[in-house]
Amino acid sequence: MSLWQKDKAFLFVLSVCASLAGVISIFIFFFLAKESVPAMAGIGLSQFVMDETWFASENQYNVLPLLWGSVLVSVGAVAFATPLGILSGLFCHFYAPSAIAGFYRSMVHLLAGIPSVIFGFWGLVSLVPLVARIHPPGPSLLAGVIVLGIMILPTIMVILDDAIANLSRLYLNSTVALGVSKWGALKGLILPNLRKQVGVSILLGLARSIGETMAILMVCGNVVRFPTSVFNPIRTLTANIALEMPFAMNVHRSALFFTGLIMMVLVAILMSTAQTRTSRQA
Amino acid sequence: MMVSRQVLTRTSRIRASRARLQNRIAAAVIWGGAIFVAALFAWLMADILWHGWREISLAYFTQEPESAGRLGGISSILVSTGLILIVCLVSALPIGLGTAIFLAEYTGPEDTVSRKIRLSLNVLAGTPSIVFGLFGNAFFCKMLGMGFSILSGGLTLACMVLPYFIRIAEESIRSVPQSYRMGAVALGLSKSTQIMRLILPVAVPGILGAIILSVGRSLSETAALIFTSGYVDRMPESLYDSGRSLSVHIYDLSMNVAGGDQRAYSAALVLIVSLILINFITGLIGRAWSRRMISIS
Repeated sequence: MSLWQKDKAFLFVLSVCASLAGVISIFIFFFLAKESVPAMAGIGLSQFVMDETWFASENQYNVLPLLWGSVLVSVGAVAFATPLGILSGLFCHFYAPSAIAGFYRSMVHLLAGIPSVIFGFWGLVSLVPLVARIHPPGPSLLAGVIVLGIMILPTIMVILDDAIANLSRLYLNSTVALGVSKWGALKGLILPNLRKQVGVSILLGLARSIGETMAILMVCGNVVRFPTSVFNPIRTLTANIALEMPFAMNVHRSALFFTGLIMMVLVAILMSTAQTRTSRQA
Repeated sequence: MMVSRQVLTRTSRIRASRARLQNRIAAAVIWGGAIFVAALFAWLMADILWHGWREISLAYFTQEPESAGRLGGISSILVSTGLILIVCLVSALPIGLGTAIFLAEYTGPEDTVSRKIRLSLNVLAGTPSIVFGLFGNAFFCKMLGMGFSILSGGLTLACMVLPYFIRIAEESIRSVPQSYRMGAVALGLSKSTQIMRLILPVAVPGILGAIILSVGRSLSETAALIFTSGYVDRMPESLYDSGRSLSVHIYDLSMNVAGGDQRAYSAALVLIVSLILINFITGLIGRAWSRRMISIS
């Protein structure tokens, strides 16, 4: 084999790998779509929003309570985590001595590596009893919001940490030279310029929370309903799949794939919005 | 004249004291937020450590679980976890490395091909793990007839970690200095030799990092495994057997087994410690390798 042929074979192998890796997401999408055809044909799209509730054994397939549960817990988690993320970013750059900032960053790094099942377990044994003491039953929207909020905090903080680093490199010296107070600089300069990155981190946080399964499944109580208070148990789309997949058959199974498809599309939209925002900035 | 100056100093004094107050409040809030986060983290870690270490002994690692995991150890679960991990890495590594080399060495960051592949990989990276579980169940378990097995689980995980692996591996290959490539071209090395003998060895620490990240992701994953590799806690005899991973074990003990909390704590501790250890060891290996590369050059 000549050198030229060897190079050609090498490139061929590489492009096979690349195309294989490139088509997986498309393949998954079409596969989910194919699996959800029986549900769309057998149940019909109208039933997915018109049925009374989601109760598979009575052929009730309304996804709205599940979707609402997913949205509520995700929005709650982002509302919990974003302020803490901003505070953490400011803390590391402007308030903490560098040793503490380093320690804090590695702590957040560790937090990011903790599996969701452990967050769920911790929520179940530590947080849920605490919530129950405030207001029974305990497994609730609130517990889900807190656990999920802690889980997405690293995602949010890492983005903001980088953004603050950039901003302070650009402007901080001039504000110090002007004699602006620390809080004055943060309020007048850093925070307003951070708005875009906060938006991006919120989108990514939402994408991450919508897809989260285990922690939510373990702390939210999994009752299909529209909650009226934060102490009500809820069931999300993801938890519903995890709960019903083991025994789902035929149309029911297909309906679960349909909800999976909804989620994949939802997350893809959130992620791509976040990405176009990031690239527009650069 | 006097009056206006007095007024001026008074307002500026008020303004200065207000600024000082705002400064203090801001500092208090920011410190408070940071301490709150640190306290949550400490609570979580202390809780798992405190309850987890009690039942851990040598026997815990060498015995099989009994009575749904309430008694006995986790030997079969560790074996299953390891096998799932091996299947995942063996299938993800070659494809991922090939893709990373392709993207880094044969395409620019803004080429149409690489942009499309990267977009597709980003979608894959964002896909919720439970969706991978659905896909794995329908494709590997049902359509390819692998059933609930370690093989199905490992392959599902491979799809999941691929985008992360590729992203880091590509970055590390790209960051190899351009002068190395020029030197190789000047010596008349073929492109493939150049990549295999020069670029990849230099990029090893980064690729190692990518592998470790994939291992970490796989160890942490639960939702994608529940209905691909399944729940069975017996010692697996082949890759076609169902095997329960450590993360699924924690889930099952805490949710489905009454009185399983204590053992769930132990399993959680084992999982966390191994994740931390893996991170730590990679740091060491990466540093040692780059030192060696420096001493060679």
